[in-house]
Amino acid sequence: MQPKDTAPMKTMKTLKKYVYGSLGDTLFLWTIVALSITIIACTIVMAFTLYGDGAPAFREFGFLGFLKSNIWDPGSRIQFGAAPFIVGTLVTSIVSLLISFIPALSIAIFTTEYAPRWLQSLIDNFVNLIAAIPSVIIGLWGIFVFVPWMRENVYMPVYMWSVESAPQLLAILGNPIGYGMTTATIILALMILPYTTVLAAHAMMKVPKEQREAAYALGATKWEVIRMAVIPYARAGILAGSMLSFGRAIGETMAVAMLIGNKNTLPFTIFGAGSTMPSVIVNEFREAVENMHLSSLMAVGFQLFIISLAVNLLAAYIQNKFSVTGGQSA
Amino acid sequence: MKSLQSRYRVQRAVKLFIVVNTVCVLVPLFLILYHVFTNGIGAVTMAFFTEELGSPTRAMRGEPTGLVHTIIGTFVLDFTALIISLPFGLGAGMLLSEYPDHPLNAFLRIMTDTLNGMPAVLKGLLAWALVVKPMGGFSGIAGGVALAFVMLPILARSTESALMNIPWSIREAGLAIGLPRWRVVLSVVMPASKSGLVTGGLIAFARAAGEAAPLLFTSFGNNYLPNRWTGWFFGPVDSLPQRLYSLAISPYKAWHEMGWAAGLVLIVLVMLSFAVAKFFARERTS
Repeated sequence: MQPKDTAPMKTMKTLKKYVYGSLGDTLFLWTIVALSITIIACTIVMAFTLYGDGAPAFREFGFLGFLKSNIWDPGSRIQFGAAPFIVGTLVTSIVSLLISFIPALSIAIFTTEYAPRWLQSLIDNFVNLIAAIPSVIIGLWGIFVFVPWMRENVYMPVYMWSVESAPQLLAILGNPIGYGMTTATIILALMILPYTTVLAAHAMMKVPKEQREAAYALGATKWEVIRMAVIPYARAGILAGSMLSFGRAIGETMAVAMLIGNKNTLPFTIFGAGSTMPSVIVNEFREAVENMHLSSLMAVGFQLFIISLAVNLLAAYIQNKFSVTGGQSA
Repeated sequence: MKSLQSRYRVQRAVKLFIVVNTVCVLVPLFLILYHVFTNGIGAVTMAFFTEELGSPTRAMRGEPTGLVHTIIGTFVLDFTALIISLPFGLGAGMLLSEYPDHPLNAFLRIMTDTLNGMPAVLKGLLAWALVVKPMGGFSGIAGGVALAFVMLPILARSTESALMNIPWSIREAGLAIGLPRWRVVLSVVMPASKSGLVTGGLIAFARAAGEAAPLLFTSFGNNYLPNRWTGWFFGPVDSLPQRLYSLAISPYKAWHEMGWAAGLVLIVLVMLSFAVAKFFARERTS
């Protein structure tokens, strides 16, 4: 039985006609464009908020002055400079990248080129699992397992040796309490290693089989195949992956805040405490009562934003520029 | 040309180097898991899931304490974040995959990746400025917003790749029977990519579940269960990663043990999310 065409029915029908016509598509497109613009806005608002809230600090100490000054004194002088944290962040992340790069590449080569199938998937799963472990848990492990171990087996022996045989070294060794730049750097290296490994392995797995076979056909040994056919082909992925890991290291917060010792001066000693930009924000933000203190922490946040942005864009640039396929994913 | 002998020698040396390196690195990584499991398992008792933490004296007197408010809080914060970020993430993913020629796409992709690469602590600062400051206090909503910023880019990119996996011919079939484009996307493409979408959601969930930094100055933490259910959203809320941090740096031995237990529960939660995500991903490929 056909329903009768009442007035509301009619409007429903015309509405349906419009919604199922071009109007519906236009509405849909505009809705998802609006939703997407919110994501873009998030990043832009983040930059503006951090800059806006940090502006009083920049005005008070000057943009360059805030960048260069190494005095961070929220207590008596109410004077702030971000240099200790910028140096701390760059030193820990660059060194951790340097010490983790070769091992990460080794694991990637081992899994893609040497390991039998079962071992490959075992290690792959394991590395992925480690990459997913939250930063606080690594920090917890650091506090209760790694720091005491380092103190007993590395710091104290070196320190005692230095006291007896090379007292002039003591000044650059620093306090062997276990918490400090070296500990944080090693932990950071362990934390970013899985990312570098996963991304490098991913890039190496994309190398076409023909590429390898061609090298074997020329009589290359396994290592020569890796060196001449696999790594050059995957270099964009490997480099971009390590840049992304570098970005992770810069932004890594909790584990570093728990292990670096948190000292607001330039880190002159090897074992001694230091600070990074994320760690100082986490440690002091809740306790910042002075407006200038709060503003200075926001200003540190803004600088962290700029550094992360630069590293991320650099990674994207490397991926495009140095890829054999010229940016198109193979 | 070097002799074959020496080339083989190099190849063996490199292989040895790689194997030794792999073992040397995998051992400490394995130790992290091992220690969390062995130290945590003893402290996971029934009380851990039923009692609240309370003041440190409770734990020092040996009374049963637990993290029930923390576990509930973690789920409240994460689901709030998921609900907030889901429409935006899905919308952006749809734009990227369904309208590949849209002029906004290149910029959107860059901004999404930028947001993804931003340290989580900055997302916390943003949520602090946008929610905590105007509302005048720490709240579960602020924590949810902070975690939503963590989830957003992951959801957007995973939605994009899930929808991209659906062949164009299926869309064309929908269009051919006269459906408008929006209907094709919502009724044909979305259901077809369901497992991919679920995988993306779970991965975003797992990532956010482990974040402590943005919560320290948004949801702040709380040793007790809130008095009323509104307290979960408008009052300070505890969550596993953030509680883990304060337990680990506390001076009490009993709290340290609870910290290991919290670590174990958190790892299991994250691992479960990934395992389920992987299950869905496998279902998609088979």
